[in-house]
Amino acid sequence: MLKTFPRGGVHPDDCKISANSPIKVAPLPNKVYVMLNQSAGAPAITLVKKGDHVKTGQLIAKGEAFISANIHSPVTGIVDKIDQITDATGYKHQSIVINVESQEIWEDGIDTTNDLLTDIKATPQEIIEKIKNAGIVGLGGAAFPTHVKLTIPQGKVAEYLLINGAECEPYLTCDHRLMLEKSEEIMVGITIIMKALSVKKAFIGIENNKPDAIKQLTSLTQKYSNIEVVPLKKKYPQGAEKQLIKAITGREVPSGKLPIEVGCVVQNVATAKAIYDAVQKNKPLIERVVTITGPNLSNPSNFLTRIGVPINHLIELAGGLPEDTAKLISGGPMMGKALSNTNIPLTKGMGGILLLPEKLSKRLDPYPCIRCGRCAHACPMGLEPFYLEKLIIKERWEEAEKHWIMDCMECGSCQYTCPAKRPLLDYIRLGKNKVSAIIRSRKN
Amino acid sequence: MDKKFIISGSPHIYAKDNVQRIMLDVIIALIPATLGSFYLFGFGAVRVFFVSVISCLLFEYLIQKFLLKQKPTINDLSAIVTGMLLAFNVPSNLPTWIVIIGSLIAIGIGKMVFGGLGQNLFNPALVSRVFLLISFPVYMTSWPKPIESARQLTDVITGPTPLGVIKESGSIAAATQTGEIPTYTNMMLGNMGGSIGEVSAILLLIGAIYLLYRKVITWHIPLAYILSVLIFTGIFWLIDPTKYADPLFHLLTGGLILGAFFMATDMVTSPTSYKGQIIFGIGCGLLTGIIRLFGAYPEGVSFSILIMNAFVPLIDRISNKHFGEVKA
Repeated sequence: MLKTFPRGGVHPDDCKISANSPIKVAPLPNKVYVMLNQSAGAPAITLVKKGDHVKTGQLIAKGEAFISANIHSPVTGIVDKIDQITDATGYKHQSIVINVESQEIWEDGIDTTNDLLTDIKATPQEIIEKIKNAGIVGLGGAAFPTHVKLTIPQGKVAEYLLINGAECEPYLTCDHRLMLEKSEEIMVGITIIMKALSVKKAFIGIENNKPDAIKQLTSLTQKYSNIEVVPLKKKYPQGAEKQLIKAITGREVPSGKLPIEVGCVVQNVATAKAIYDAVQKNKPLIERVVTITGPNLSNPSNFLTRIGVPINHLIELAGGLPEDTAKLISGGPMMGKALSNTNIPLTKGMGGILLLPEKLSKRLDPYPCIRCGRCAHACPMGLEPFYLEKLIIKERWEEAEKHWIMDCMECGSCQYTCPAKRPLLDYIRLGKNKVSAIIRSRKN
Repeated sequence: MDKKFIISGSPHIYAKDNVQRIMLDVIIALIPATLGSFYLFGFGAVRVFFVSVISCLLFEYLIQKFLLKQKPTINDLSAIVTGMLLAFNVPSNLPTWIVIIGSLIAIGIGKMVFGGLGQNLFNPALVSRVFLLISFPVYMTSWPKPIESARQLTDVITGPTPLGVIKESGSIAAATQTGEIPTYTNMMLGNMGGSIGEVSAILLLIGAIYLLYRKVITWHIPLAYILSVLIFTGIFWLIDPTKYADPLFHLLTGGLILGAFFMATDMVTSPTSYKGQIIFGIGCGLLTGIIRLFGAYPEGVSFSILIMNAFVPLIDRISNKHFGEVKA
């Protein structure tokens, strides 16, 4: 029996049409737009001004706040301006615009070769420091600063490191390709994190729709014997932290708590690779693998691309925007964000761009709730979305709080499965907003 | 700006199932028993069936269009399901005008006064059936004999239901002597007195298997319901087998199979959690047993389900444990 999380979940079609497309290095555009708000928490503070010449990998904005991350120049060039750019949130935010020069000059000390370095010299403190300096954030989508996540709070002990290779979102294949093509770098990256956390055991959870990745990484576990590959039964949202922990270790993170409560730390495979680059190669996080995909796209692809590249540049490389594209999504179809235009620049947290044609883009007309209960059975957190919806329509916020609305991680399983096509998650998001405001005001 | 894109919150994809599909599945599941009833009860069943379905559709349309002034939603097919189930729950010789009144009650009082699809507390077909049973007791308890009456267009031969015979006679032993108790094979096939759609266990079960396969219903309510009827009636049968009928008799007669698989499982009027569904099923089973053995009516499925419908909001609050409800 393959492992999976026991409660809830849905089975949307895979649609991994770019799974067999090897990672290609995307050529640089003429201009890049480096957003300053690329991580969860506070935006980074810019260190450059108009006219400055920057080298590839040079620190150009500093994460000053506790939860914030450094940002490095992804290219060599001249700072054109610091401007307000519409980003994935739909709002305008500060961005450093750089005119790219064709002659690339790397910041000193960065190893740009492809040599595999398996010997880990850095001490645990140095590892965390290097990760912080390299501006690494969680590459699975949440973009939480990794150095903060790897700093274990006082009194807690990490026992297991869990590596998320589930890639449970339909369409996305960036992690899959990375596991196939950078397997050993990932293994070294995992070993580095294990050293930093001083944990003795790591698990890589991979869904069984990626048998080649399971096979490849399992073959490497002979060399890296304290890392174990755990094949998982395909089910969405397996890649959610709490669900992955439950699936692999059987442990259940208590409501409102973090994974460290049950001795676990979860990192994405792509983050492990970025950590390898940072610690072994001194290379800051200036590039990532991103899947450009869609049912009507001519060449669904996986690109290794620099941060700050406008997504229309990547879409052109994948065959251009299909005529009937009506929705542009950053991320997968279950949790991804709809984007307003193709000029939005790539940020660290973007793992994929999905282009949906007209007929897949529109919401379907909602019917009245027939209380079938499918939303409640699909909810991996065991909530009752149909009931929360009713409470929110009636503005009964306190009751919604009592029904654990804040445990909702917005995976969308309820709305996906609803036969009445009700906008359940829209209501729940609204409710979470109100309830969290109430909780904040109570604390003050 | 070159092109405009649609902005909406995630998720951006939907599962294939929808409300119409669920209703269509119920309709498909009821077809074997429908055809069986046409064979068993003949023209009477055909007449009641189509009058019921068409008038339910018509009343839903008229009420929405002219009374509530909203867009009619008969394309969700739920009125057809209600119409079919209402027809299943009445005798095949019920006068047409009573069937029409029944449809009006089912749609008007059973569904629309609560706000339409999804809002009603009680199963609309059962609300109507109980209304008819109380208002027109004679019409509602004259049961044409199957097959024989199928050949007649008028003057059908009527007889009691097996449960009715027991209630009349006072004990199963006395009932058997009347010669009105059918064999178990006939009960399985539906060759006995009863409402149009309730008689054939085998045809109802074929439909039930389809619904389970399509995941429109789960096993929780039917199993809890049927098992508790079997256990309840089984205990009394063991105490006094001459007075009380055996559990198999209770399973095959009356509306138990129809009720357990098609009426109690109505999504709108049953609990959503599996735990709640089991509690609901057990409640229905015990009430059915009590009414059948000790009540004034020979049959208790409709009353039991309606009574348990009223408890659903309460049962729903006994929800399942949610994720993370563990000690830190």
